[in-house]
Amino acid sequence: MTRTDVSTADPNGIELRDVTIGYNRRRALRRRSVTTVATGLDAVARRGELTALVGPNGAGKSTLLRTLCGLQPVLHGQVLIDGDDLSSVRPADLATRISVVLTERIDPGLLTVRELVALGRTPHLPASARLSPEDRAVVDWALDAVGATHLAARQFTELSDGQRQRSLTARALAQQPSLLVLDEPTSFLDVPSRVELVDVLGRLAREQNLAVIMSTHELELALRVSDRMWLLDADRTLTCDTPAALAESGRIGAAFDRGRMRFDPQTLVFDLTGDDSRA
Amino acid sequence: MTTTLDPAPRTQDGVTSPPPRTGRVAVALAALAAALALAVVLSVTLGSVTVPIGETLRILTGQDASDPRWGTVVRDLRLPRTITAIVVGAALGIAGLQMQTLFRNALADPYILGASSGASLGVALVVVAGGGGASGFTANLAGLGRAGVVIAAALGAAAVLMLIMLLSRWVRSAVTLLLIGVMLGSATTAVVSVLLVYADPQRSQQFLVWGLGSFTATTWSDLALLVPIVLTGIAAALLTVRALNALLLGEGYARSMGIDIRAVRLTTVVSAALLAGATTAFCGPIGFLGLIVPHLARMAFGTSDHRVLLPGVALLGAVVALVCGLVSQMPGTDTVFPLNAVTALVGAPVVITVLVRSRRGALGSAL
Repeated sequence: MTRTDVSTADPNGIELRDVTIGYNRRRALRRRSVTTVATGLDAVARRGELTALVGPNGAGKSTLLRTLCGLQPVLHGQVLIDGDDLSSVRPADLATRISVVLTERIDPGLLTVRELVALGRTPHLPASARLSPEDRAVVDWALDAVGATHLAARQFTELSDGQRQRSLTARALAQQPSLLVLDEPTSFLDVPSRVELVDVLGRLAREQNLAVIMSTHELELALRVSDRMWLLDADRTLTCDTPAALAESGRIGAAFDRGRMRFDPQTLVFDLTGDDSRA
Repeated sequence: MTTTLDPAPRTQDGVTSPPPRTGRVAVALAALAAALALAVVLSVTLGSVTVPIGETLRILTGQDASDPRWGTVVRDLRLPRTITAIVVGAALGIAGLQMQTLFRNALADPYILGASSGASLGVALVVVAGGGGASGFTANLAGLGRAGVVIAAALGAAAVLMLIMLLSRWVRSAVTLLLIGVMLGSATTAVVSVLLVYADPQRSQQFLVWGLGSFTATTWSDLALLVPIVLTGIAAALLTVRALNALLLGEGYARSMGIDIRAVRLTTVVSAALLAGATTAFCGPIGFLGLIVPHLARMAFGTSDHRVLLPGVALLGAVVALVCGLVSQMPGTDTVFPLNAVTALVGAPVVITVLVRSRRGALGSAL
């Protein structure tokens, strides 16, 4: 019961058509096996919108996002980026259209924030990696867009988690993509930093006309700030809708209610009910 | 630019101030260049016989020295030895940097990952199989088998690195991978020892001496082979600067930025095999240089940017190699220490410092 609002007339943003996601498992001295995570996924994420991908742990959010940015193969179906099939775009070209902030913690060594952000120019650079004045201008702009200009001269490894995520977002922005994918950018952040970061992402989507997709466990925050939500259930179905409609449909509650915790579609928050329903 | 509302970054005031780092890099480069010049002069002047600097300069500028023996010493011994040290230091520094970035590991270098052992195996195979009656090992190098030895060494180094690359697809842990490299190195060294049992005793003796490492055994004709190979390896390394920088963020980010990881791995392994293989063929497996030079360069330049580090490690590697070569010659005496003993004595404290200083004490975090 996956809902879609696929409109072929307006191909901007990213579109999933009957997509199967999963990964090739590589194990030493054994045959390669393909593990399917979810099948029959349909969804869209438009430019100018912040799309939040939510779902319980282990539902396959990371696999879905890694598939969207070409880090894992689409096992079946089509992923369209601005109307073009993802699998038909060369990786070097894809890098100028999709950029990503991954969950893995990085340790780039001795790099200032500016140098880190400049790495986002990689797909636009010649083999010598020399930055043109245009490249430098884009780096400055990306730093400014996420409000990290004051961090530019700092060492990346000395930053707080919130500042790191900002810098990594600026790096992704410096790639000048039309789709920005972030895998759980709010984890490790304290509450003000979370709100700040999500705020920046929403602003970027609107002001830069980017399609921004982020996975998050901050359900209540996502419901408030996102323009569109993708709900990947524990039973591996993907529902794509506006936050209000999704809350109304009761699917949020179905996916996340546990024990005494109940989702209230009116207030968009989780309540603790008096009695344990299991009793 | 794909945006419509964007104020277009290109139209912002075009004056972009140079990064504050440029000054430090320029100073460090200048200091290193000066150190290199000094080290070259010392390396040519000092030795078992001290040739006066004035005489050295006369010889270097093509005039006759007042004592013809000095001319021979400088032209046929000191100059090849100096150039060898420069070339080997630069080559091992670059190979070490490549390995450290590719494996995301602060302790990776051609020697530790077993590439030098692989090269030794290649050399040992040629020495044992070649059999021929050359009187000494280096004499054998100077004969017909010279190119063969170099090719065998490069292939041996490449074989070990390829094997580690292959294993690295399954082994995620950098520490485990490093230990596998150490194991492979030990196994390869063991095979070499077994091979030497079948070699002529005199040759295995020479092989063992070669294994101690030395810059002094190369002749001008050796350099005619060594220098072009190392330059080829360096050229290949320069092709991967952009990719190596992207790899600082890890493989996922590098791929997301359009980097073809397989191509980079292949280019880097071939380049490192040429650099480590050729230097090992002529100078023996030399430890620590490839390991410490990239760390020293990061400290000197204050960045992990390969655009700075590649020329940086080449220059610094040359200086460190020259100094180690000088120490091993013990100027003013006839004593010669094994080069590997000197590099270990210089290198071990540096490595320990790097490990202690690295945040969280984790391997790889000192990159």
